[in-house]
Amino acid sequence: MSEPVLEIRNLNVDYGLGEQAVHAVRDVNLTLHRGEVLGLAGESGSGKSTLAYGLTRLLAPPGVITGGEVVYHPEQGEAYDVLALSDRGLREFRWAETAIVFQGAMNSLNPVHKISTQLGDVLAAHEPTMSAHSRQARCREMLKLVGISPDRMDAYPHQLSGGMRQRVMIGMALILQPQVVIMDEPTTALDVVMQRQILGQLIELRERLGFSVIFITHDLSLLVEFSNRIAIMYGGRIVEEAPAASLYRDSLHPYSAGLLSSFPALRGPRRELTGIPGSPPDLKGMPSGCSFHPRCPKVFEPCAGNIPVLGRPTTPDGASRSVACWLHPVVESVG
Amino acid sequence: MTSIQDAPAPASEVVLEAAGLTKHFPVRRSLRDLFSRTHHAVHAVDDVDLTLRRGRVTALVGESGSGKSTVARLLAQLYPRTGGDIRLHGTSTRVSGGRQFRQYAARVQMIFQDPFASLNPVHTIRYHLTRALKIHHNAGRTSADLERALHDLLNRVSLTPPERYLDKFPHELSGGQRQRVAIARALGANPEALLADEPVSMLDVSIRLGVLNLLRDLKERLNLAILYITHDIASARYFADETVVMYAGRMVEGGDSETVTQSPAHPYTRLLIDSAPDPDRLHGTLEADTRDRGNGEPPSLIRPPAGCRFHPRCPMAMPRCTTDLPVRLEIGDRPGHWAACWLYDQGTVAAEQPGSAAAAGIVREEAP
Repeated sequence: MSEPVLEIRNLNVDYGLGEQAVHAVRDVNLTLHRGEVLGLAGESGSGKSTLAYGLTRLLAPPGVITGGEVVYHPEQGEAYDVLALSDRGLREFRWAETAIVFQGAMNSLNPVHKISTQLGDVLAAHEPTMSAHSRQARCREMLKLVGISPDRMDAYPHQLSGGMRQRVMIGMALILQPQVVIMDEPTTALDVVMQRQILGQLIELRERLGFSVIFITHDLSLLVEFSNRIAIMYGGRIVEEAPAASLYRDSLHPYSAGLLSSFPALRGPRRELTGIPGSPPDLKGMPSGCSFHPRCPKVFEPCAGNIPVLGRPTTPDGASRSVACWLHPVVESVG
Repeated sequence: MTSIQDAPAPASEVVLEAAGLTKHFPVRRSLRDLFSRTHHAVHAVDDVDLTLRRGRVTALVGESGSGKSTVARLLAQLYPRTGGDIRLHGTSTRVSGGRQFRQYAARVQMIFQDPFASLNPVHTIRYHLTRALKIHHNAGRTSADLERALHDLLNRVSLTPPERYLDKFPHELSGGQRQRVAIARALGANPEALLADEPVSMLDVSIRLGVLNLLRDLKERLNLAILYITHDIASARYFADETVVMYAGRMVEGGDSETVTQSPAHPYTRLLIDSAPDPDRLHGTLEADTRDRGNGEPPSLIRPPAGCRFHPRCPMAMPRCTTDLPVRLEIGDRPGHWAACWLYDQGTVAAEQPGSAAAAGIVREEAP
């Protein structure tokens, strides 16, 4: 496995303060390696977006990071904790080192500015010495890279289709050649044909430019196909993390198994599927013990009382994966 | 509530039928258009034939902008149609509000995509369901009758025990529970046909199947005809008996779900199936199957391409595709499987090479 580029250690994020605080992300440990696509899956309210905002320090109040660290390893130089950066350091870190493509990115372009202005703004802010001419050239190059003809530079967002706006957003995220790109449901609003084209292009760009991706979505079947490793979140915690293929072939956590069997297959025999009974937990009143236990088909004694720790299971491929479930004894805990 | 379980009906009885259904939305004319006397319109739905049978689920699959929701709204008579016919049990119907519409709605009910928006946040579940029951005269005479009918409805959609849900407000329920209330409300009218417009796409993935299984169960118990509109062709395979694929306002392929998804005939259906996420296809096999000549975007429906609307993107396009509208052709592998594609017309394929127009880059837009 290649060296880590981003290490999340014991990250905790709350909404609100004191007694009433809602714990949206709890004790998350996650490592992103150089050049890999790490998928982060979970239902709405599982804390996956909060995790992404937390690690980039983009959380809006009442969100607060209550603990943990996010260690970033730049290509050259010392590793540092993103959560401890000064405002100035953070400004330099953002976009240049870690860029984020937001949920509903198609609507996050400013409608009253041209594409070229919005792309150019990024460069003007981060590389103030760059001349206007070379800024233009760089924008042109970037648009070509994401498959938009450079003569659309002076178009306004409304003149582009949803798919093209999405490409602009991806181009904008890549323009400073960051090491890490976080994509929060980047293709949810797009049709499947467009989704495949954009993701195919993204994978191609990743191979060429060598950045790492954290890909957040609720569509697990998409992740199995496109990512190297997958982490599954439930109720603010990571419940399982494994290479995509092993997760798909033999998932250990009952929630992962349930999530995988929530997608009807397009090929193979047609069989009755049930999804997962019950509804996702309310973060305000989390169940005791394992937060999945009220919905779990394999629940037994320890589940309701104690929170399982995330650790390496004793299976043959245990070294490459981790799980937090009482069904699977763990040899060493992660983090 | 009057019992509909014991309504004897042959399984294949046609409930609702659309023939040549067409809807054009007018586009605001600019001053210049006034002089040139051209009328622009969005050709949202053109010439759609659809049959909903008792106890069967028909899926209508298409991408955004393909006109699938417009078809549902036309069938629910929420929009007046531009052309074609809607037949309820063989009788042509055209209603536009008032008592007639209510009578129609008592037999054909719609379920909307977003249960967060389709329930009124200031009213309880009891209010929503009572209203549906009263409007469609299913509330009975006494308050005990009404109470029984309410319990019945919630039991049907597996919101048990009903007392726990009746006096809640929509915000106190989860998305899946809300969609179940929306389904119960539709059932309150005691309909024969349900038009479900993307009923699960706003719900969490883990509970989607629960709602689909509920709809299937209701179909079997109440012998309903269901139109299931979706962009997810895998769920159409799972849930529907028949599947019809729409592209840019026209139907391009139809047949029983298993045939359409396992041996798709129309190039667009193939593209759609190849593009769907497939966990069995691990990494790297992407380029080969994105056989899309276009940039993944449907054409303008104000000036749709002449001939087959898919021809600008079709890798198999022939010169004839750019000029002549393809007719429905039987594929012949399974009864009832058809595609609107010249590839299945042997005369055309013999005279012209499939893909020849694609190679030559011929694209024809309809004259303004």
